[in-house]
Amino acid sequence: MVTLTIDGVKVQADEGSSILEVARFYGIKIPTLCYNAELTPYGACRLCVVEVEDGERTRLVASCLYPVKEGISVKTHTERVIKGRKMILELLIAKCPNSKTLQDLASEIGLEQVRFKMENEDCILCGLCVRMCAEQMGSGAIGFVGRGQKREVVTPFRIASEICRNCGACMYICPAVNLQCRGVKSPGELCNSCLIITPQCLEKYGQVMCSLNSCGACVEKEEK
Amino acid sequence: MLKQIDPNKQRVRICLGTGCRARGSIDVLKAFNCEIEKRNLQIQIECIQTGCHGFCERGPVVVIAPKEFFYQKVKPQDVAEIVSKTILNGEAVSRLLYTDPVTGKKAVYEYEVPFYKKQTRPVLINNGRIDPTNILDYIVIGGYQALAKAITTISCEEIINIIEESGLRGRGGAGFPTGRKWRLCRKARGDVKFVIGNGDEGDPGAFSDRSLMEANPHSILEGMIIGAYAIGANQGYLYLRAEYPLALKQIQTAIDQAREYGFLGKNIFNSGFDFDIKIIRGGGAFICGESSALIASIEGKMGEPRAKYIHTVERGLQNKPTNLNNVKTWANVPLIINNGADWYAKIGTAKSKGTGIFSLVGKVNNTGLIEIPMGTSLKQIVYDIGGGIIGSKRFKAVQTGGPSGGCLPEELLDLPVDFEKLTEAGSMLGSGGIIVMDENTCMVDVARYFLDFLQNESCGKCVPCREGIKRMLEIVTNITLGKGKEEDLELLQELAETVKDFSLCGLGQTAPNTVLSTLRYFRDEYDAHVKDKKCPAGICKNLIEYLILDGKCTGCGVCLKLCPQKAIQGEPKKIHQIDSSKCTRCGICRDACPFEAIMIKSDVN
Repeated sequence: MVTLTIDGVKVQADEGSSILEVARFYGIKIPTLCYNAELTPYGACRLCVVEVEDGERTRLVASCLYPVKEGISVKTHTERVIKGRKMILELLIAKCPNSKTLQDLASEIGLEQVRFKMENEDCILCGLCVRMCAEQMGSGAIGFVGRGQKREVVTPFRIASEICRNCGACMYICPAVNLQCRGVKSPGELCNSCLIITPQCLEKYGQVMCSLNSCGACVEKEEK
Repeated sequence: MLKQIDPNKQRVRICLGTGCRARGSIDVLKAFNCEIEKRNLQIQIECIQTGCHGFCERGPVVVIAPKEFFYQKVKPQDVAEIVSKTILNGEAVSRLLYTDPVTGKKAVYEYEVPFYKKQTRPVLINNGRIDPTNILDYIVIGGYQALAKAITTISCEEIINIIEESGLRGRGGAGFPTGRKWRLCRKARGDVKFVIGNGDEGDPGAFSDRSLMEANPHSILEGMIIGAYAIGANQGYLYLRAEYPLALKQIQTAIDQAREYGFLGKNIFNSGFDFDIKIIRGGGAFICGESSALIASIEGKMGEPRAKYIHTVERGLQNKPTNLNNVKTWANVPLIINNGADWYAKIGTAKSKGTGIFSLVGKVNNTGLIEIPMGTSLKQIVYDIGGGIIGSKRFKAVQTGGPSGGCLPEELLDLPVDFEKLTEAGSMLGSGGIIVMDENTCMVDVARYFLDFLQNESCGKCVPCREGIKRMLEIVTNITLGKGKEEDLELLQELAETVKDFSLCGLGQTAPNTVLSTLRYFRDEYDAHVKDKKCPAGICKNLIEYLILDGKCTGCGVCLKLCPQKAIQGEPKKIHQIDSSKCTRCGICRDACPFEAIMIKSDVN
């Protein structure tokens, strides 16, 4: 066991666990996109970045990967961290404005505007599907190809993979494509609707539909 | 063994480094061989091919030993004269000697040339002296003595102590203390350990690793063997770019010869220590110069970095303790073992010891490969060694550290070059490129160029680097096109800081340096582009116009005939005019005008 401080609170944690795991255990919320507790941490979305004070040195680290150490002090929501998270979300939303996961995170963190030219992509390249396929399904049918702007998730040689069993796990775990936000009407706009209004789905369907495919009911109501 | 080399023979050392090769040194070599054969002088004269001498601007370079006459810009037709005058009679051929442009004095020997006089070259000195394809040449100048000394007389711990005391720091750019890295790797738990030489040099304008690998491959191998012995590794890898075919060939030959002579393989120097080196060819991705990406690439995976919270000295290649150093770092090791830690620690500044190897390129008179003690000022590099700016142009900026570095202005020319000082100024030492820019360089355009390079070379794994660089490029491109808004500069600054703080690896963390440093030191140029829609340097095509000066144009019609857009009108003997709506600002007319009558108007409005 090691003792560390998270947001001013002294906590104990198992050696070898990551800051994110410990913070979540103690109920401290750190936003993530490419993290899933059952998969190898990847450290690509950079939303989980926190400030770590180790001795005299303060640095920004990805909490999903940084192993806890005796005596370190972690700050999960400093001004510098929040500012960076907002910028990262701004970058992601400019690329994939219709992702409900991103729009929700943006609302939570208080992002007010997107200043970049809007695109209309779906994939945020978080790599969850790639790791899901390889680690949990034991298949490895998809992977990343290309670098920089040309990076994408595809099957080898872009042809139907022989080892893909069509299990759908990649779609299940995808945070971006599966849930589409219908609230964005004009480019650059942030939806924020789901957080502002109580879902109206219950009246229509008897259950909240957002977890399946957003119905847009909440948004339409707001317009009236 | 060494009897194979005859000390009485005159030796003609011809530079066959990449620069001189491009200037035709292979033909010079052929001419020498022909001439020697024609005159039947094979017994007296030997012609050897060396690696880069450093003075690439004046290639092909030829040095005649034992008197060490230094000839530059040698052509095949000069060869006959060199043989009859210098080799047979011991006289210098005056027209091939270097003339100092300031004093007009001729330099007969290498050390008299100002370019060399101001340098300290412990690592590069042998580049021009030995034939890289012949291990005996390296042994004659004292090669592999350090290895013998280290393995037979010094304990592993002591070797690490010596390296630590010398103050040697990683030459790949980050400057991590080499001795400490070795110690951590030696202490790390693991039955198998690896050492890696990083020769994946990808910066635009940098060729220092390349020249060293081509010219003196054995010094790198010797360093790696000593390091492996100290750390306790039995397998080494040398990762180098497939785009460096000559370096690959020389290193492969060197490894084969070292094996043959027993410096590599089983039971080296009867010590029971086994070590071998394997070459891995990189596919040309800039990111593979980053240590964790390089290791992934050796493992056969996609070359992308991982977070190094658990350092590679503990878990590197195949999750085993791995010590990775740049090839230049490795080449320093034999020197330190031979001359002692104190000798090395005397060179350089308090925190940065030894010499730095840089490729000096851009708008300086003497481009080439240089080696200077740490702490030498930028001014000395640009003016004393580089010979100042080409033509009568004014100096504007110097860019150090390649795409990861920043642009430093004239006010900072007195800055001593070492790890800390450059980082403080917003640049970095990097892998050793120094690019000098003159007044005709647009700093916004420079930022755009490096962002464009990095956008394509980012691996795309983490969001700030992949998306952030793309957006920075978008903003900067808009500014160069004259579409920039004032709030763009604020956004650019904010974005650059996020990318720097939040990126996963060194590439992303240093990518905004060019933007941040140009915003810091050349803010007025950004303002001119954004507010006044002007490009003061006259580079950004949307912000300039070409004009024909009334007083100078004679109506000769040269420009009119050459203009690919037919944008120039005029009659013979009458002043011509450029139709700006048709003009694409290609500059052909300006280059062709014999009367310098065409100028760039940077103030369009």
